Amino acid sequence: MNTPDLVKLIFGRLTIEAIPYHEPILIGTFAAVAIGGIALLAVLTKYKLWGYLWSEWFTSIDHKKIGIMYMVLGVVMLLRGFSDAIMMRAQQAMAFNGSAGFLPPHHYDQVFTAHGVIMIFFVAMPFVTGLMNFVVPLQIGARDVAFPFLNNFSFWMTVAGGMLVMASLFVGEFARTGWLAYPPLSGLAASPDVGVDYYIWSLQVAGVGTTLSGINLLATIIKMRAPGMTMMKMPVFTWTSLCTNVLIVAAFPVLTAVLALLSLDRYVGTNFFTNDFGGNAMMYVNLIWIWGHPEVYILVLPLFGVFSEVVATFSRKRLFGYASMVYATVVITVLSYLVWLHHFFTMGSGASVNSFFGITTMIISIPTGAKIFNWLFTMYRGRIQFEVPMLWTMGFMITFVIGGMTGVMLAVPPADFLLHNSLFLIAHFHNVIIGGVIFGVFAGINYWFPKAFGFKLDSYWGKWSFWLWLTGFYFAFMPLYVLGFMGVTRRMNHFEDPSLQIWFIIAAFGAVLIAGGIAAFLIQIFVSIKRREALRDVTGDPWHGRTLEWSTSSPPPSYNFAFTPVIHEQDAWWQMKERNAERRTEGYLPIHMPKNTAAGVYIAAFAFVIGFAMIWHMFLIAGLAFLGLLVTAIGHTFNYKRDYYIPADVVARTEAARTEELAAHV
Amino acid sequence: MKMMRGLLIPALVLLLSGCDAVLFSPSGDIARQQRDLIIISVVLMLIIIIPVIAMTFMFAWKYRESNKSHDDYAPDWNHSTVLELLIWSAPLLIIIALGAITWTSTHKLDPYRPLDQIDASRPVAEGTKPLVVEVVALDWKWLFLYPEQGIATVNEMAAPVDRPIEFHITASNVMNAFFVPSLAGMIYAMPGMETKLHAVMNKTGDFEGISANYSGAGFSDMRFRFHSLSDSDFDTWVAKARANGNTLSREDYLKLEQPSEREPVHYYNTVAPGLYNAILNRCVESNRMCMSDMMAIDQQGGQGVVGAYNVTSLDAGTRSRLGVADDGKRYVGALCAARGATGAPVTPAGRPL
Repeated sequence: MNTPDLVKLIFGRLTIEAIPYHEPILIGTFAAVAIGGIALLAVLTKYKLWGYLWSEWFTSIDHKKIGIMYMVLGVVMLLRGFSDAIMMRAQQAMAFNGSAGFLPPHHYDQVFTAHGVIMIFFVAMPFVTGLMNFVVPLQIGARDVAFPFLNNFSFWMTVAGGMLVMASLFVGEFARTGWLAYPPLSGLAASPDVGVDYYIWSLQVAGVGTTLSGINLLATIIKMRAPGMTMMKMPVFTWTSLCTNVLIVAAFPVLTAVLALLSLDRYVGTNFFTNDFGGNAMMYVNLIWIWGHPEVYILVLPLFGVFSEVVATFSRKRLFGYASMVYATVVITVLSYLVWLHHFFTMGSGASVNSFFGITTMIISIPTGAKIFNWLFTMYRGRIQFEVPMLWTMGFMITFVIGGMTGVMLAVPPADFLLHNSLFLIAHFHNVIIGGVIFGVFAGINYWFPKAFGFKLDSYWGKWSFWLWLTGFYFAFMPLYVLGFMGVTRRMNHFEDPSLQIWFIIAAFGAVLIAGGIAAFLIQIFVSIKRREALRDVTGDPWHGRTLEWSTSSPPPSYNFAFTPVIHEQDAWWQMKERNAERRTEGYLPIHMPKNTAAGVYIAAFAFVIGFAMIWHMFLIAGLAFLGLLVTAIGHTFNYKRDYYIPADVVARTEAARTEELAAHV
Repeated sequence: MKMMRGLLIPALVLLLSGCDAVLFSPSGDIARQQRDLIIISVVLMLIIIIPVIAMTFMFAWKYRESNKSHDDYAPDWNHSTVLELLIWSAPLLIIIALGAITWTSTHKLDPYRPLDQIDASRPVAEGTKPLVVEVVALDWKWLFLYPEQGIATVNEMAAPVDRPIEFHITASNVMNAFFVPSLAGMIYAMPGMETKLHAVMNKTGDFEGISANYSGAGFSDMRFRFHSLSDSDFDTWVAKARANGNTLSREDYLKLEQPSEREPVHYYNTVAPGLYNAILNRCVESNRMCMSDMMAIDQQGGQGVVGAYNVTSLDAGTRSRLGVADDGKRYVGALCAARGATGAPVTPAGRPL
């Protein structure tokens, strides 16, 4: 075998040319990332944090720590996704009157693709999964999730997928297809380079994590509720999490399958979605939206749960219409499977098909409307405290109904023929995703942060963050609605009509405000850590909450509950407080707990290598990594030291410390 | 707050100027009806949206904790059958109304349905033949074929005002969307498939047409002009195209099909017979089997395993004439089939393919 063949065997199609050293923007980014990364590594080494991070966090199977790591991942990826956003806003505000802007199509098209992929898969999904992971076991009185190791593994698979997307910045390029990579554009004929392969493999790797975490939480909610917590006594957040995980388990395999078919087209020359040999791209569009529409509800349902908890807590009132809230959630879950075709009315289906899907889409607005009214009537006759989580919730209620309205406009097929693929559509889905998902995530972070860390978040900077996001959102997206009415299509690189420019400048200004909102959020975290003693909460119940998570200490002990609570009514913790239930302080038993393991990190690392190697056609390395993955996974099944007992006296000591703290507080 | 007001007023002024946006002042009857639907649906939904927003502010203000003047705090009030009925039925009623409108309007404005009116007051006269325009989305330009006039154009089209137009739309390579915002809503242009659009322009003028579905690097410049002309001006335009045009043979088409950006307007006065059908069926190359034939063969049971070997690519001679490289593109090769009395290919057994 001669040398070039050996190089090809090892490196596949990866050459030095794949490093974009001639792109100044990327070199700048890389320099910043490298310097920041080295600084971070240096700090970690200086303070000898490696061992701590590894044994307490990375290998942890504690659902609370995994939840927090998901949130950190979401924040980090939000910064990346938002840099893409601000680059697009700048490009579109500049590229007028013959100016090409600063991003040529080759680069710009990657930016808008990466923005969509990152924001959905690596920002919104980790945020949602993180919140569910942290909160659900606490809300149902469980000590962990049903499959703790799987939980850690799922997280690292999501990280591995995110790292593949990030790698595409500096090695090769990302897809130039739009965030759903419709063929034939994403097929081998139109996109022969590695961009689409990065897309496929990052989503496949992360998708394994998402599906497994869906199965895990589903099993947790079904099987691990505290005694007495019947379905209709579950907190609403747990209900919405249940429905979300049902959707994940049913929808994500469709995404996996459709991406697998696309990979077969690209790697082995099948013709599922090609133009020739009997392929049909319309199949891809249908399949990806059969996943894609439920995905929208996967993202937003848990946040509906967050808003329900927040509204009840800060109105100091029971949630209005619990039962109708639950039924509304279930109806949305079922209906979310019956609407996918509204994403492509313009593909030429018959009028009856189009109107069927238009009307099912509108029907979803009925349970959603009922939910909004339920939140409203929870506020009615309450005592509303405008703490930061409540502000986000109010911002959501106002913003989301506007997004809902524009959504129903798009559901009328003939109206959609005018508005489809326009900036109106862009404005609509940012209206519901920012107004619903992002606002909800920030409400959730501000609400549960004290539970996770034992001190509240600083409300001054929290309010700055809220107001900047809110005004920034309106400045950034209201102009896009108008531009949509002017017939402006999405994904444009430059424009001819100079009268449009002012709208893009306003939108770019809005993006700057949102940047301020993100900065204020980071400052809020930083300031809160500095002022943690002043913000300390020793009660574990800083907001006078209603659900079980507020009955434990903050942060909760690794075993969550020394005694499994027994549930008699909805709002279990509120009822316990009403009845002055005594906290039991003796008779502790040893607690059976799962043990940390590094297997998840290793398997995910192998998955990253497999993905990267497959992208670059390094089939030898991919095969070796797959072998490594198999060996580690099988090896892990022989690990019999996967559980341990927390001795009764340790539990007793932990609980005694809490008893003291509580006594000192009163 | 003052700063906010300073920003809001110019924003409002701008918003009002947005009201003459193209979708609100269309020039074609279909786009006008589609616009009306946008307005109707908004008005219907505002019946719910406005009270919700107002109530949010009202409740937030009235029931704020610091408001000592109200004492109807009811921490356990969480159910009211009347209210629950109301909050489910109010949106339900709106959606029933909107759903009915959706059903009828979707059928009436189905892009495949021939027009029955030129505008709100003029029905289409009995026996009116629509102008047929065959549209092909290429990388990255638009090709318009006029079978009635026997001409073709690139990146410019024209149509007589008030005459129904019947578009047949396909694409060469990737998906696009054919969209003239003043005329009618968009419809996808997809390779190997045909979509249809019926529309009519009610005003003369020069309008913009775009691709409304991202299709790769040259997408942003994939624009064309749509000239809506009086009958006599249209005849002049056709004459101009005939006078200034070249021939569009199948090989010229293959050359035109190669990716290019910002393609200038040009005309063709002769078009190879059956070109549009060949594009649609992906058999412009002479040695390539048409999808319609392929489907006919498959309908009769197919060729079995043998068919899997019937793969070819552009022959070297044609490639050098076109100046294109061998990019490894393969397709199903044409079969040597006898032609029956009707000219359609037949199998050796005499059955039509």
